[in-house]
Amino acid sequence: MTWLEPFQFEFFRNGTLVAVLVGGLCGMIGVYIVLRGMSYIGHGLSHAIFGGAVVSYVMQWNFYLGAGLWGFVAALLINQTVRRTKINADAAIGVITTASFAVGVALISRYRSFTRSFDAALFGNILGVTQQDVAVVAIVTVIVALFIFVLYKQLLFTTFDAEVAQVYGVQTEWIDTLFALVLAAALIASMQILGVTLIAAALVIPAITARLLTDNFDRMILLSTGLGMISGFLGMVISYYVDIASGATIVMLQAALFGLVLAITALQKQAERRLVHTHV
Amino acid sequence: MQPLIELKDVAFGYGKTPVLRDINLHIHPGQFAAFVGPSGAGKTSLLKLILGTLSATHGQRLINGATLQGRKKLRIGYVPQLETVDWNFPVTVGQVVLMGRTGKGTFWPWPSPTDRRMMGEVLEQLGLEKLTNRHIRDLSGGQQQRVFLARALIAQPDILVLDEPTSGVDMRTAENILHLLADLNQQGMTVLITTHDLNAAAAHLPWVICLNRTIIAQGSPEVVFTEKILNETYQGDMLVMRHENMIFVHQRPHGHTYHDLLPNPVLGHTTNTTAPKPVDTEKIVQEIDTMLQGQPVAGENIRDLA
Repeated sequence: MTWLEPFQFEFFRNGTLVAVLVGGLCGMIGVYIVLRGMSYIGHGLSHAIFGGAVVSYVMQWNFYLGAGLWGFVAALLINQTVRRTKINADAAIGVITTASFAVGVALISRYRSFTRSFDAALFGNILGVTQQDVAVVAIVTVIVALFIFVLYKQLLFTTFDAEVAQVYGVQTEWIDTLFALVLAAALIASMQILGVTLIAAALVIPAITARLLTDNFDRMILLSTGLGMISGFLGMVISYYVDIASGATIVMLQAALFGLVLAITALQKQAERRLVHTHV
Repeated sequence: MQPLIELKDVAFGYGKTPVLRDINLHIHPGQFAAFVGPSGAGKTSLLKLILGTLSATHGQRLINGATLQGRKKLRIGYVPQLETVDWNFPVTVGQVVLMGRTGKGTFWPWPSPTDRRMMGEVLEQLGLEKLTNRHIRDLSGGQQQRVFLARALIAQPDILVLDEPTSGVDMRTAENILHLLADLNQQGMTVLITTHDLNAAAAHLPWVICLNRTIIAQGSPEVVFTEKILNETYQGDMLVMRHENMIFVHQRPHGHTYHDLLPNPVLGHTTNTTAPKPVDTEKIVQEIDTMLQGQPVAGENIRDLA
């Protein structure tokens, strides 16, 4: 038996491909979320999208279209609330996304017959991905990567200081709107794979781990994307041998990596401080 | 000469709270001016109205004589207050400076050879060339201020706007920053700043605008820095002293004379008296002359001072 053994199964190959793509996608976009101080948005927006998914089901719309539109509107509402009122991002996320989630829960309680269909949306189902899911995740990953590639400088400036970026001619309102659209797309693509409950971790953990490792924005993006992809791949392999849920394994692996990096960087800082004391 | 920026009867407020009223202002090309006034006078709001990030509730903002969406035609190099910067953001000096080229260079995410050349030139001009890869948090206050000035300069602006460039830095660094701005102004750059430091403004600025919700007065410090105008601006008891070409301004605390502001050894007598004392201007000026010895001289190259 080699570690490649699970790759003989198609469901595992598909699952691993999707886990690597979703890991990279969430790692890439997570950098902007963490640096904007909106870490909670992944958690909140995925809950909002869950509401949209239930509404799509009830209205018999296409899942990706209905949930996507719902998520985009929720992200825009959060954005505009923060821009135009005195309400902070965390409070706006809390109100808008929880209300949206409540709509989903209310509809489920009203139509109890389809409750089981939403298990995958809540807890993820990497091993049950279809060819359509793989295609959707691949397309969204390419779109997000292109978005970041093309608007890299504008995104960096807007994330660093939106007000000053505006003075220098950056169309910050457009950047924020496009970012909300891209974020909603990334969450919808990832939701069926990781589930509403785990997606926030996949967005935040690789980014903060990368932040501990570098003070350079370019490197942070590359590191966060790389960490997301690697933990997606390793998490899948480990989950096969340990026989636990793949989504949970990926997130636990990311958390373990974060803990390790945190410990190493803390020890490094302590050693540097000692060195300074010795030389003073 | 047509003003670069003109504000006509401008008023501004947050909700129902008025912040600025009856603002009539001309900023001409090549001008070096400072807004002075107490905290809450509306200096930063006025700066943001000029930048176009705030909209006036009344009046007009003209750029080169026209009421256009000004910022597109006017290139502004803006340096915000250092207190507003997120110092934990993962960016190096080079990355911050290159932000000033956003939308001007190439389509690629990485800097073009032109961007790199311009960055090298501006960093060298400001004595920061060895700090390109340093994180912005790991710099002194003066270096941090110069990094954001470099970002403004690389944008090749028509006007430089700096919000409190001398706050949060020591006296020598503040002097260096103002020397640098004076040098840039001599090279033809229009420079507009806000400052709390009246003495620095008197020493370095050819034009000051006293602001407290509205423009109280404007002109050269020699004309504007009088006790009457400053008392009206600061709503306090201001003391203005003149010696040769220098002006010194201080606020007189309630119930005290200027003698009480200085430590005993300076004037050689106790301060704990209740009777008002006449101001011994000559002696104070002598002490200030002594204090100023060894300070940088106007016109020195900033790189020698860095």
